Parts: sequence; structure tokens; C-alpha cells
Amino acid sequence: MTFISRRDLLKSAVGAVAAVPVARAFEASDGAAIVSPERSAESLALRDESMARAFQASGTPEALESLSAHEMDVLDAIVGRLIPTDANGPGAVEAGAARYIDRALAGALSPTREAYRSGLAALDRYAQSSRGKTFKELSPTDQDSVLIDVETGAATGFTGSSAAFFAMVLNHTHQGTFGDPYYGGNRDFVGWDLIGYPGVRTMVSPTDQKTLEAHQLKSNHKSAYDYGSFTKSSARLSADAGGDRQA
Amino acid sequence: MANRLKDTDVVIVGLGAAGGVAALPLAQAGIEVVGLEAGTWLTRKDFAPDELRNNVRGWPQSVQKANQEIPTSRPNASSPTAPRGTVHPMQNSVGGTTLHYWGQSWRLNPWDFKVVSETTRRYGASRIPKGSTVEDWPFDYDELEAYYDKVEYEVGVSGQAGNVDGRIDPRGNPFEAPRRRGYPMPPLRWTEFIEKMAGSAKSLGFHPFPGPAAVNSRSYQNRSPCMYHGFCNRGGCHVDAKNSTMVTTIPRAQATGRLKVVTRAHVTTIEVDANGQVAGVNYLTDGVEYFQPAKVVLVAGYTYENVRLLLLSKSKAFPNGLSNNHGQVGRHYFSHNMLAGVSALFRSNTSSWYGLPAQGVAVDDWADDNFDHSGLDFIGGGNLWVYSDRRPIGAAGMSTFGRAPAWGSAWKAFIKENADRSNTAYIQKTTLPYEDNYIDLDPVVKDPLGFPVCRVTAEFKENERRVSLFTQGKMEQWYREAGAVAIQRAPVGGAMGISTHAYGGTRMGDNPATHVVDRWGLSHEAPNLGVLGASTMGTSGAHNPTLTVQALAWRTAEHLAKNWNRISNRRS
Repeated sequence: MTFISRRDLLKSAVGAVAAVPVARAFEASDGAAIVSPERSAESLALRDESMARAFQASGTPEALESLSAHEMDVLDAIVGRLIPTDANGPGAVEAGAARYIDRALAGALSPTREAYRSGLAALDRYAQSSRGKTFKELSPTDQDSVLIDVETGAATGFTGSSAAFFAMVLNHTHQGTFGDPYYGGNRDFVGWDLIGYPGVRTMVSPTDQKTLEAHQLKSNHKSAYDYGSFTKSSARLSADAGGDRQA
Repeated sequence: MANRLKDTDVVIVGLGAAGGVAALPLAQAGIEVVGLEAGTWLTRKDFAPDELRNNVRGWPQSVQKANQEIPTSRPNASSPTAPRGTVHPMQNSVGGTTLHYWGQSWRLNPWDFKVVSETTRRYGASRIPKGSTVEDWPFDYDELEAYYDKVEYEVGVSGQAGNVDGRIDPRGNPFEAPRRRGYPMPPLRWTEFIEKMAGSAKSLGFHPFPGPAAVNSRSYQNRSPCMYHGFCNRGGCHVDAKNSTMVTTIPRAQATGRLKVVTRAHVTTIEVDANGQVAGVNYLTDGVEYFQPAKVVLVAGYTYENVRLLLLSKSKAFPNGLSNNHGQVGRHYFSHNMLAGVSALFRSNTSSWYGLPAQGVAVDDWADDNFDHSGLDFIGGGNLWVYSDRRPIGAAGMSTFGRAPAWGSAWKAFIKENADRSNTAYIQKTTLPYEDNYIDLDPVVKDPLGFPVCRVTAEFKENERRVSLFTQGKMEQWYREAGAVAIQRAPVGGAMGISTHAYGGTRMGDNPATHVVDRWGLSHEAPNLGVLGASTMGTSGAHNPTLTVQALAWRTAEHLAKNWNRISNRRS
């Protein structure tokens, strides 16, 4: 397929060949237009928040690699609204998506480190100026309404369009929720369990495939690097390409 | 001053899909070959089933030549240059991009070799799109058939023949050209979803069949069959079941004792002597300059690399770049029109978490000139390809088909239910070269060595847009027949950008004034220089290029071996 940056993909929504890029392109182009006709009810949102807080309280603190503690708090609050903890189970907070991003900002995502610093600060300032509280202090419903402004580019005070910041964070939240746990996200395989991915395998027999088709294939909860045969050293080498593309 | 190395017969620049194949017939013919590869060897240990690394962040390559040479691009000469990407789709390593490509191994259709004469014969000359520089190849399908066959067996291709010596087999592609024998391996297995799609195609009167793949469906040449583990797309094979040149032709050529593989060799220029003959190549390894003299040089990089290396190799005899005294290098460029896909949402899971993108069902009823274009306003068509390929991060990025927002609880509910319920077809479409689509050197952007990168100036034209719309309609019809509850079409047309299927720039043909290489792939202007790869191709057809590139590479190498004394003695 044509090689394009994630940013171009978002802008032009040019399609692609593999299932994923086309889907992403559609999503990106439609994202702004489909803004939430049906946001979760406030009561549900409040329950999400209390569940998330309970998890955070029980979580073991780890040293941050890139972000300040305050930036981490804001980011964790954002990812918790992007993929909330709700009736459908754990979300990006439990997956450790913010922790994944913090780690990646010290490595493969380091070119976006400054965008995070300025974007998180701008988002907090915008929350304060438009809703009277910092982002973390807002109710989940108000947090969502701030995020909709950021998503649609309506939020002010950002370097460039707030929509680009939103798209970047959403993209990385997907990586931190649905990526291999080796990179620090998708803790306890909560992302893979959410979408029904049965786990990394090195062999899928005809029987395994039939079992999957019969909805009977249990997740093996394995990371690529639980298989001792693969070299880990190269896993951090590459720069972020920004999307799934055809070979 | 560069370190002058020992003379050799042939130096091949790039040991990927094309160079990795050409080395074998040369070495087997007793010719000494030095293969210069910018990358390194990788092994199955490097091919972890890791979506973040393979699909999101690039590949496990340790050498970043391609990434440092990403071309700039713009749709036309009056547009500004688009923002440059950060990762090139091509791989630097022994075996090149065949390590992580999809492995689809199609032959072209006979029409693809004769687009002008066949279109004129069937519909009239006025049907050749305005501004297109398309022309017939200097030879036809029958000329290449023996080489397709050779590569299918040497490399290993699985598939179902549809036409053996004119006998049609309804299990295969009834539109394919006659082949002398079937594939060396049966096709890859199908999933329940692919079976369902095949059934729906039949209900519509289409002719579905399994696509050909350079992936082992059973043990072949003592290598493993495919494990269907789901990380083939942009991933190397952990059991060597994908038939990259790294595990097939390159080790076989090395076994003759006449292929010397040199890794980390970053070729900068091709050297020309006082007589205007090619003398060898200059390359850098860790900053040290070497000169590898050779009787014949075969340039075998990706299209952008081939064009760039010729343009950068300026000399007294070739002041505008090697083999460019007629100003043809970089012209007749085009990239395969494989955008404009179609996505579908189904009511139940498609069970696509495992498998590979070369495992699927194809329909060729609407490809090339397989259908009557009399009442239509375009020529060419598309191959419809439905396959099994899904990974978690990619799945999370799926379209919500207008049924949910892009985030929040409603999105989460949508993705929980639908992550395995979408499918996106890949429609590979006939694409033509045009007068104003071309590659040159960027006037501003340079690689870290200070050499300009390529600049692509190219856009899809009206014929390509019409083919896209027509084939999307057929694909939508197919998905609807299979029970899709929602459909989305990707946009058609626009800038070509940078592609994994880049063609032209060193087009082959008989006229020294208008073709860079002759019908054998050897330069008209510098006959001890050969060019391998899709940069020599003048048409794309509606199918992936790699098998054709490899058949052409074998053919060039065989021609060189058969005419060795004549071609190699041009210098003296």
C-alpha cells in the first residue's frame, strides 16, 4: 500500500489493503463526526471512576521513566475515559496503558515526548479555563466533554490542533491496552480478554482453528516473549511507524 | 581513496526478492558472484510474534538504510511536497522484504504484457487513457512462462492451478494463462469464513479460488509447513515456512561456493571507466570505503533504490546519471493502485485471529481484461482478495461503521462484540504509467551521507479511479451476498505517495532512446549493467509483483550466463 504517516492517515483517511489500516483510516475520519450520541450515563461513569480508583490504590507504585507524577495522573485519567472501566470489565487503567506510554516515551515513542508534555499541560489548562477545575478533579461526564472538545479540535491553548494530540493519545492507549504485555501495558491480558483474542501462539493447528470457530478456544494468556525462542533485544530497536501496514 | 577489492565476475547490489534469486542461476553457471547487502542476516529467533514491533514500530532490522532514504512525494509538480514518513516499507537484510512480505506469488495475465495492442484490437485505440505512456512489453506471457514455472518450484509456491496446458480446473483460477504444470504444493488451508465467502462468490456466479503463496502448505525442501500463527503480515517466519530468498535461493547459491555474501555494504555509486563501461561499485561499511570491481553489475534494490543509484552515479560518460543519457531514468513510474479497499461488518465472528494474509479466496472475474469493457469507461480491473489476518492492536483500530463513537464505554461495548466481526478486502488493480508521473532526486532532502533522496511525483488518474469504483462495487456485492450488515468503502484516487508496489523508472524495451534497459534487463547505454526488479516493468496488472520480478530476475541471470563472454568482454 501507499506508505503514509499516521498523521496523513488521520487527515486524509486514505484506505489501505490490510484489514487494519483501512479500518483505522475509516475510524480516524469518522471519529470526529461520530462524537458520542450516547455517552455512558453519569451513574455508570461514577461507578467506573470508583472502580478505577480502587485499582489504582491497590496498584504497586513503580518509578516513572518519562512523565512527572502529575502528568502521569492526568494521562491516567484520560486513558480511563478513553477505555473506561465499566460493566464490560477492566479498561485502560487496569491495563496500565499510561504506564506503557510512560515507558515508551523513554524509547520508541521518544519523538512524541514533547507533544505529551505540552499536550497534557494544555489539556489541564483547558479544563481549568473552560470547566473551572483541573482535568482530574472533574466528574467523568465533564472529563468526557473536555475530551470531546480536544478530539474535535475545539479545545484552545494547544500547540497545533488539539485533535492531533487526542488522536496520538488514543492511538497509544490502544497500544498500551491491546499490545503485548512485554511492553508494560495490557496487564493481566485485560485488553486481549476484552476483545476475545485467544493469545499469542506459535502454532495453530486445524483443530485449534475449528475450536476457535466453535467459540471454544481458551486464551492461553501468553506474551510473545513467554516463548523463550525469540530474541528480546531487538524489540526496542525500531522507531514508531504509527500504524499497521501491509508488507 | 576506497579500498580496492579483488575483481569478481558479477556484483549484485541488494540480496532481496530479485537479487537473491538472480544469484542462483549465475552461481550454478560457474560465474563468481559478490552479493552486496546493506542489511545483515536475521534468523528465526528475530521473528517474534510481536505486533507492536512488527506492525506498529517497524521491523527487527539492525541496518536502517531504507529508513534513511525514504523518498519525498507530491501528487503533481505544482503541489508542495507532502510530509515525509519515518519508516520505509522495505527491509534491509539478507532476503530483503521477502522476509516479511505477504508472500502472494501471482503470475501476470497475458493481457498485462499487451495492454496497448489488445485494447486496440478489442475496443479501439481511443480507449488507451489520455496521457498514459503505457505500451506493450517487448515480449509476451509465453516468453516468461518457463521462468514463472522455474521460480515457483525453486522458491516454493502453494496454490491451485486453474489452467494446465489449456485444461481448465474449476478449483483454480479459470482466467489464468496456461501453465505447464500445477503448483509444487497444494494451496494453504481455508477457514470457515473463507469457505463461506467462497460459497457466496459462487452464488453470484463468480469463480472463487485459493490464491498462490510463497508459503509452505506442507513440508517443502526440508522446511516446515506454515503454522498459521497470525504474524506473517510484516513479520518474518519463525519456522522458515515463508519462502524468502534468505531460506531458498541464497543458501543454494552459497552452496555452490560461488556466491560471496557481503553484509552491511551500503552501495553509494556505480563506477564507470574511461570507455563508458561499468567498472564496479563503491560501497561503505562502517564509514570505510570499498571499491568492488566487477565485469558486470546487477542493480537489484527496490524501485526507489534502483532509480536513485543510477541518478547518483554520475560520470563523464553519463553526466545525468548512469544509463540516463536519454533522460529516461525515473520516467514511467507508477505504484499499484491497491488503495480503495472495502470493509464489511458481519453478524458473527469470522475467527480471523490466526492465519496469514496469503491465506484466502480470490476472484479474478473483474481483473485485467477478463470481462468485456465495451460498455465501460475504463480499461483494466482488479483482483478481489479476502483473507485471514487480524491482530489485537489492529482490531482495536477497526472502523465502528458509524455504529459507535471512537472511544468511551459505547466504543468499548462495540469493540468487545465486534473485534472479530469485520473483514477488509484487498483489491489489487491495474495501474498505468503516465507522462507526468515520475521519480527524480529531491532538490532539498538528503540522506545522512549527504546524497539526495528520491522525490516521487505521481497521482492516480481517471482510469484508476474508475477501476476503483467499479471493483469496489463488485466487492460490496460479494460481501452483501455473504451477509455483511454494514459496508464501508475507502476513498479512491489521490496521490500515489510511497508504495510497497512501486514500478517503472528503468523501463524495459527495445528502443535505446526510450527504454533504460533492453528486453533482457541490460542497459542499452551501458551493456554490462543490468537492472532487476519492478523498476523494469511497464505495467502492473491486477496482481502482486514479486513472482514476476523473480521470474524476470532469473531470466536476466540466465541470459547473462548464456552470453557471458560477449557481455562480460564489452569492457576490453
